[in-house]
Amino acid sequence: MRTRIKHGWWLLALAAFIVYPLIVTNPTWTTIAIFTLIFMACATSWNMFSGYSGYVNLGSAVFYGSGAYTMALFANHLHMAGNGDLFWLVPLGGVVASIIAIPVGLIALRVRRHTFVVITIAIFFVFQLSAINFSFTGGTSGLQLPFIPWFITNYNTPFYYVALGIVLFAALLSAAVRRSRFGLQLLAIRDDEDRAAGLGVKVFAVKLTGFTLSAFAVGMAGALYAMFIGQIYPQFVFDPVFDISIALMAIIGGLGTFVGPLLGALVLETLQQYVTLSYSNGSLYLIIYGAVFLVVVLFMPQGVVIALRDAWLLRKARREGQVTVGAAVSPRTTS
Amino acid sequence: MTNLLKVEGVTKSFGGLQALSGCSLSVEKGSITGLIGPNGSGKTTLFNVITGYVKPDAGTVTFEERDITSASPSQVFTLGVGRTFQITRIFPRITVLENMLVASQRQESWLRGLTRSKSSTQEVAVATEWLDFVGIARLASLQAGALSFGQRKLLELAYVLVANPDVILLDEPAGGVNLTLINEIAEKIRSLNKDGKTFLIVEHNMEFVMEICDAVTVMHQGVDLVSGTPEEVRNNPDVLDAYLGGGADDDDVGVAS
Repeated sequence: MRTRIKHGWWLLALAAFIVYPLIVTNPTWTTIAIFTLIFMACATSWNMFSGYSGYVNLGSAVFYGSGAYTMALFANHLHMAGNGDLFWLVPLGGVVASIIAIPVGLIALRVRRHTFVVITIAIFFVFQLSAINFSFTGGTSGLQLPFIPWFITNYNTPFYYVALGIVLFAALLSAAVRRSRFGLQLLAIRDDEDRAAGLGVKVFAVKLTGFTLSAFAVGMAGALYAMFIGQIYPQFVFDPVFDISIALMAIIGGLGTFVGPLLGALVLETLQQYVTLSYSNGSLYLIIYGAVFLVVVLFMPQGVVIALRDAWLLRKARREGQVTVGAAVSPRTTS
Repeated sequence: MTNLLKVEGVTKSFGGLQALSGCSLSVEKGSITGLIGPNGSGKTTLFNVITGYVKPDAGTVTFEERDITSASPSQVFTLGVGRTFQITRIFPRITVLENMLVASQRQESWLRGLTRSKSSTQEVAVATEWLDFVGIARLASLQAGALSFGQRKLLELAYVLVANPDVILLDEPAGGVNLTLINEIAEKIRSLNKDGKTFLIVEHNMEFVMEICDAVTVMHQGVDLVSGTPEEVRNNPDVLDAYLGGGADDDDVGVAS
C-alpha cells in the first residue's frame, strides 16, 4: 500500500514534467527546463557511481565533452542534415563516453578516495587540453553542427522530451542499481572497501562497472547539449564548473540517495539559469552555489533529503510516543 | 588428520621492520587452533598474509592442497577462508541484514550481481538464521552503525558464517568484550566446531585460548616458537621467556580477565 502511494507521487511528478512544455511555451522557460533536465540526468548518473561507492568523481565533464564531440564529429563527417535524425547520435554519445570511461577508470580507480578525486581532476584537464590542441576537434574555435531549421516556437519541444528521456533512463538505472546485488556491493565498498574484498566482493570489477555505467547518461546529455546549442567549444563542454556543479547538486540534495540529485539539480540549475538570465551575469550563480553549499554543509551535512527524512521520522516517533532506537539515527557520514 | 591450512616459511618485512621471518603453521581439519604471542610478534600480519591482504616476500600458504599465496582477498574468501578483524569492521551505513547479504554471494560471478536483486527469500532466511544464532536477529533492519561494540563483534562473526567458509580466522574475538559475551562467543565457537567448522584464533585472553583450543602455536618475533596442545605450551619454558623475558613486551598476558 505504501509503495503504491509512493509510486503515485512519482507518476504525478512525471506527468507534470510531460505536460510542462504544453503549458509553458515561452522559449526562455523551456530552454531553462532543458538545461535543468540535462543536469538532473547528469547528477543522478554521477550519484549512481560516486554517491553509492563514495568515490567522488570531479572529472565527469570528460564524459559530457566526449558525448558532445561525438555528436559534432559524427554529424559533420557523416554529412548529416539538420533534422531529427541527429537524435540517433545521442545514444552513440553515451556509448563513446562509456568506452572512454574504461581506460580512465582503469587508471583512476587504482587509487582510493582523495587521491582518486585528484586523479579525476588531472584526467579532466588532459581531455580539455587535448580538445583545445588537436586539429580534429577544431581547436579553440570548436565545431559547428548542422543548422536545424525548426520554427522558433516549437524548436525546444523535441529537445525537451529527449532530455526527459535521458533523465528517465538515468533515474531508472540508478533505482535498478540500488535494488541489485551490484548496488549493495557499491555501498559496501563505500563503507569499507577492504572488508568488502574480504567478503568476496570483486571490488575493482565492481567499481569499474559502476564508473562505466555512470558515464553513459552523462555522455548522452553532452551529445544532446551539443545538438541543442549547435556550436561547441572545448572550454564549455570540458568545463571544470560542470564537474563541480554536478557534485554539488548531488551532495546538497543528498549523496547516495535516489531523490537527492534530482532535487538538487532541479532547484540549483533552474536557479542558475534564472539568475544568469535576469541579472545578465554569468558568474553570480557561483556565489549562490557557494552560499547554499556552506549552509547545507553546516546544518544538513548529509544533504537536504536525509535531513528532511530524519526530521520526519523523529516527529513520527515522537507522535507515537516512542523514540525508538535507530528510527532517527543516521550514522555519521564521513565522505 | 589432514592439514586444511598450511603456512610454510613465510617472511615479510615492512621497510626495515621484519614482521615475519620464516613462520610456519598448520591447522588441522576440524580443529580449533590458537595462535598466541606477545604484541608485535606478527600474528595479525600472518592473518593478513593468509587472507591475501599482504603478499609475503617468501614462503607459501596452502589451503586444501592448493597454493593461495598470491590470491586476492576476495579469491581467498571464495575458496572458503573467512576472517574477522581485530578492530571490528562492519558496513555502518547499510542495515544489519544488508551487511549479511554482502557476504552471501561467495561463489557468484560479479556480473551476476548486475542482474539479480539484492537478496533472495532464501538468502534472507539463511541470513536471519545466522543472526538469530549469534542473537541479534531483532536488530536486522537497523543501520549497522547503530550497533554497540559487542553487537558489532557478533555481526562480524555472523556475516562470515553466512558464506559457509571451511575455516574461520578470528582476530581477538574476546578482545574488549565483557565476560558474559566472552563465554557466549566461546560457546558459539564450540558448537560450530562440533558441526565441522575449523577455527584459527588469535587471542590474548589465555583462559579463553586454553579452554577452547585443541592446539596452540606460540609466535615470537615473527617465527613460530612452539606448537602443541594447550598443556604442552603452558609448561614450555621458552614460552614463558618469550612473554616475560623480553622486557620491552609489557603485554597484558596473565591478566586473563
